Amino acid sequence: MPSDASALQLVLTGDPALVAIVWLSLAVSLSAVLVAALFGLPFGALIALTRFPGREGLIVVLNALMGLPPVVVGLAVFLALSRSGPLGSWGLLFTPQAMVIAQAVLVTPIIAALTRQTIEDLWSEYREELTAMNINATRRIATLIWDARFSLVTALLAGFGRAAAEVGAIIIVGGNIDGFTRTMTTAIALETSKGDLPLAVGLGMVLIAIIIAVNALVWTVRRAGERLAG
Amino acid sequence: MRAPTDDLPIRFENVTVSVGAVTILDQIALTLVSGAPTVVVGPNGSGKTTLLRAAMGLVKPSAGRITWGERENVPPARRAIVFQRPIMLRRSASGNIRYVLGSSGIAGAERKARIGEVLALVGLEHIADRPARRLSGGEQQRLALARALARDPAVLFLDEPTASLDPAATKVIEDVVCTVSEGGIKVVMSTHDIAEARRLAGDIIMLHRGRVVETGAATSFFNTPKTGEAKKFLAGELLI
Amino acid sequence: MLGRRSLIAIAASLVFGVCAYAQEKSIIVASTTSTEDSGLFRHILPLFKAKTGIDVKVVAQGTGQALDTGRRGDADVVFVHAKPAEEKFLAEGFGVKRYPVMYNDFVLIGPKSDPVGINGGKDIVAGLKAIKDKSAPFISRGDRSGTHLAELNLWKLAGIDIEKDKGPWYKSIGQGMGAALNTASASNAYVLSDRGTWLAFKNRGDLAISVEGDKRLFNQYGVMLVNPEKHPQVKKELGQAFVDWLISPEGQKAIADYKIGGEQLFYPNAIDPSA
Repeated sequence: MPSDASALQLVLTGDPALVAIVWLSLAVSLSAVLVAALFGLPFGALIALTRFPGREGLIVVLNALMGLPPVVVGLAVFLALSRSGPLGSWGLLFTPQAMVIAQAVLVTPIIAALTRQTIEDLWSEYREELTAMNINATRRIATLIWDARFSLVTALLAGFGRAAAEVGAIIIVGGNIDGFTRTMTTAIALETSKGDLPLAVGLGMVLIAIIIAVNALVWTVRRAGERLAG
Repeated sequence: MRAPTDDLPIRFENVTVSVGAVTILDQIALTLVSGAPTVVVGPNGSGKTTLLRAAMGLVKPSAGRITWGERENVPPARRAIVFQRPIMLRRSASGNIRYVLGSSGIAGAERKARIGEVLALVGLEHIADRPARRLSGGEQQRLALARALARDPAVLFLDEPTASLDPAATKVIEDVVCTVSEGGIKVVMSTHDIAEARRLAGDIIMLHRGRVVETGAATSFFNTPKTGEAKKFLAGELLI
Repeated sequence: MLGRRSLIAIAASLVFGVCAYAQEKSIIVASTTSTEDSGLFRHILPLFKAKTGIDVKVVAQGTGQALDTGRRGDADVVFVHAKPAEEKFLAEGFGVKRYPVMYNDFVLIGPKSDPVGINGGKDIVAGLKAIKDKSAPFISRGDRSGTHLAELNLWKLAGIDIEKDKGPWYKSIGQGMGAALNTASASNAYVLSDRGTWLAFKNRGDLAISVEGDKRLFNQYGVMLVNPEKHPQVKKELGQAFVDWLISPEGQKAIADYKIGGEQLFYPNAIDPSA
């Protein structure tokens, strides 16, 4: 980022470097939420609907994992993806994919835990009716997930918020490479350390604005959906 | 007229249902056969709801067994129940019907027709697209009935379906019950309203404190009750 | 820069696909935060790419961390500034050959108010002694970086065993040059910095150069290809191309041409065999 331009100038003129960074941030965080949802939604629903020994303990652990420190996750993924690590042959260290993996690891417990809570609450409401309607297990899960979709969207949003805001994991596994793995949060960290505080603040405001915009978009979609389906 | 189906007769063989230390149903022995509606009466807490849910297959007996067509553990494919407070799925009224038809093998135009048919039966065709959870209590009860009927059940259970409804909605429900009963569906219904029981019942089961107190054809129950509890109940003097 | 194509690649090989980038013409260079923060790479890497078409991805860490990245095989080239550490790296067999590339110097940064009376001086040892004697606040990078190792060496030259003699005035923060400068600026403390990062640094507060020009503040940069015999997937041709370019007249000129506010930051010296 040309450091003699003011932060506001960059934002208003749509500086291509800034646009690229914003684009990457969104791509990484949204991909991470997608992957986390793919694993977290069914897993959370499964725990909600099945009984097995140690279930309570698993739920406690799952809830605790919502607070996984990002930097610890970053370190773990880094060690796994390093050439000297078990998954080194994938060659993913210092790439956007590594950042997606790290954030997906962070976000999956959030989505799974919130899904479990939502589905369990809805199941206690629907249980008798669905049993009386002779609905089989797979269809039950699909029904619960669909009928709980608005609450689940909130869970996804919580996951997205976590991913978009964190820097500790992605700076370790991504390497903050200029033009390649530099996102909004890592750019803010960098510009801060270079002492360009006005630019860092400007980037910070753009990041917050984007997060608010995503939330507003989901809110609108949710309201429209609720009006249609009740 | 429908031929006798696999789920009937429903036989209770010395069935006891307890939850913890509390006995809700106490050594029930009865048989539900096809024919005119069976109405279950009794004061509050007598176990009517549990009896219906057990006959539906939702409650496992603590002792004794229940058989459907002489078999145990029959899944509720040909049975349906309308709960006292039915739960609406988060969809439109027609969406709720479409949902239960999902595993029925009916699709396309035929399905659409069936949805319309069953909504019209309960008088809800004009609000087919409204979100089900936004319907009034009476409308939800009628939708629950339509939903149960859409599954083409052989046995239809209704748990105090008109308890919280106004007279107009009550009439709609009772008319539908009569219609489907005449069409061959076995109706098993509970009520605390003696007048309603008189209107609808072919035969009566009276419960008191979890036990079957008296059974029999409706006319003989109402005109010549045999047990003391039945007499008191009909006189409005049996409370709990 | 990131483009549509790259984003589609991200979407397609979301998590577990074989990394598309492994096949691209690119290398990973582990270098130091001071080199990155000075802006040098922004200037020279586009010139290298224009000539060879090779994308250089710089992961900026402390020297110690950068060498460890090379040891793990996570980089193709290491470009740092701590000759003893680099030679150890070579001796362990992780590098192929060390080439000197350029030098700059360190400067002692401190408050303009000159609390220990050394501003304008040319003797770094005297400066450090004064700081310790007056217990003036001093920020150390503490991160095994080239700058940190140089700082430790200077304390030794001043006859001070800093591990034993440090007090609450000596703050070791374990972070990069920019963070150290920020901390020094916020607490009006002394800090040893490389000139390049200082020139590019914006949040100076009340700080200025206290001591400079001492020959002992000389800071040499070296580049090494990571040994493909230890890590077979190292991109040795592309990595060697980068090394060769850095020490070529073209690369050396590019380095010399990099200026901030008209002032040259790095002095190319690949032809100096003793560097």
